[in-house]
Amino acid sequence: MTDVGTLKKFRAKIIDMAVRSGSAHIAPAFSCLEIVYTLYTKIMRVNPKNPRWEDRDRFILSKGHGGLAQYVVLAHLGFFSNSLLDGYAQPGSMLGGHVTLGASGIEASTGSLGHGLAMGEGVAYAAKYDKKSHRAFVVMSDGECQEGSTWEAIMGASSFKLDNLVAVVDHNHVQSCGPIKDVLPSFDPLSDKWRAFGWAVREVKDGHNVKELESILKEVPFEKGKPSVVIAHTVKGKGVSFMENVPIWHYRVTNPEETKQAYKELGQEVAIDK
Amino acid sequence: MRAALDAALTEAAKIDKNVFVVVGDVSPIALANFTKEFSDRFINVGVAEANLVGMGAGLAMSGKVPFLFTIATFMVYRCYEQIRDDLCFQNLNVKIIGGGGGFIYSTLGATHHATEDYAVLRALPHMTVVAPADPFEAKKAVTALVQHHGPAYIRLGRSGDTNVYTQDYEFVLGKSVIMREGSDITIIGAGSILKNILCATDELKKKGVEVRVVNMHTIKPLDTNAIMRAVKDTGAILAVEEHQHVGGLGSAIAEVLVENGVMIPFLKLGVKDTFVHEYGSRDHLLEQVGLGVSHIVQAAEYLCARKR
Repeated sequence: MTDVGTLKKFRAKIIDMAVRSGSAHIAPAFSCLEIVYTLYTKIMRVNPKNPRWEDRDRFILSKGHGGLAQYVVLAHLGFFSNSLLDGYAQPGSMLGGHVTLGASGIEASTGSLGHGLAMGEGVAYAAKYDKKSHRAFVVMSDGECQEGSTWEAIMGASSFKLDNLVAVVDHNHVQSCGPIKDVLPSFDPLSDKWRAFGWAVREVKDGHNVKELESILKEVPFEKGKPSVVIAHTVKGKGVSFMENVPIWHYRVTNPEETKQAYKELGQEVAIDK
Repeated sequence: MRAALDAALTEAAKIDKNVFVVVGDVSPIALANFTKEFSDRFINVGVAEANLVGMGAGLAMSGKVPFLFTIATFMVYRCYEQIRDDLCFQNLNVKIIGGGGGFIYSTLGATHHATEDYAVLRALPHMTVVAPADPFEAKKAVTALVQHHGPAYIRLGRSGDTNVYTQDYEFVLGKSVIMREGSDITIIGAGSILKNILCATDELKKKGVEVRVVNMHTIKPLDTNAIMRAVKDTGAILAVEEHQHVGGLGSAIAEVLVENGVMIPFLKLGVKDTFVHEYGSRDHLLEQVGLGVSHIVQAAEYLCARKR
């Protein structure tokens, strides 16, 4: 199956999981799906058969509410079985509404924004100290670039010259209450801010284009002695027309009619009314 | 206590190559030996407490044993959510050290008075909370925590603290120490305030009141057996803490008493739900908030009278 086909299948599965559990952040998962997929399948050194392999690259989904994207990719790679996905956020499940340690392949518990980058910084620092070649990849939301703690970590990581740390900002331009430009007009220019804090910055125009993501991410570190950040422009709710750029889909779950429509757009024949 | 901390961490780093010290821009002079011998395992993140804890979590995720250190109020309050989510939720092996617990920074105002740390930290799952009484015990506590897996907090006094211990003893996390034996009443305390408790005990002895003094150096997990033994042996308990009277050691002891259906004369001395707008020596502030030696004596006498 092509990447595009696989990703459509993932989106349908995410809707299926959301409907089964009755609670999910669908649109935030859709906006970072290609980023997570590209990192896991084309960039990072990971081994599903040996998930705690010492030299693996570490992945932290700092925007823990996008966990559905990570879960479908981990299942796809065989970190755990697809059946685990079906129980998402239901009693007894290891997979929750925010990424939590437990299931194979999960490196960190997240959920509160602005925590992941500092953890990635510590992981990268330890790798340098131990003279190891593994890297720390942290996928963040643009919303969490409003957290002061994020900027503490940004300043720290560049001060410590952690060029084995890579942040990818899922810049979908929409936060929980509306477009970022309306909520916090001073948010942009985002790239300039990271650059001013000592990071090597690249922008990805289409954060849903796997080839574009891959070609840029393959180049990390962008500069020796500097941590790398990719600002990937994405669309919140990407892939389902009525979800795209509509803030309510930050946390809303589809009703049966919407579910049917979403499956149709994704070209999937997944059973509905579960 | 900082010299003791420096000595303990330096010793620990010699034994365990994973021991790191990460500070939030506090005086490297306090850790002169460590920074000299292990400069590659000493990190200053600057004035950035959230990053201090988050980075500590990342180091622990990679097998390091970081000891994070800054002034207690900043260490505990500024980055409480990082402590909760990054350290406790993930049960990571990170120790946080708060310098200047209680009213140690007596001239610096309430922003520097760490008087809620026991309460907020003992509420966190997986967290161990320790308040050594003197430099001698601080060293033992650090050494014990190197061997203990999981997040832990140490409330420190300051450099120049005098030792209240006069002889060696075995320090075990979660196991309190009887520092004076007596049968009329038990006074339970932790941290630097133990010195006042011992002074009060001497005065009470002159008045014919025999006091058992329990050093509850580990506030969590609490030594409930020692509390129940005190109930049985002395029939009255006074809790004294350099902390708000809500939620701290006194409250923890009260929980044990109530849950065990114990009704004995009991009081908890602490700061009465107030910020201190007063300067001067720590002793002066303790007098102001009702934690002076005379207050402890008075409270103990009141409880003994209620026994009769």
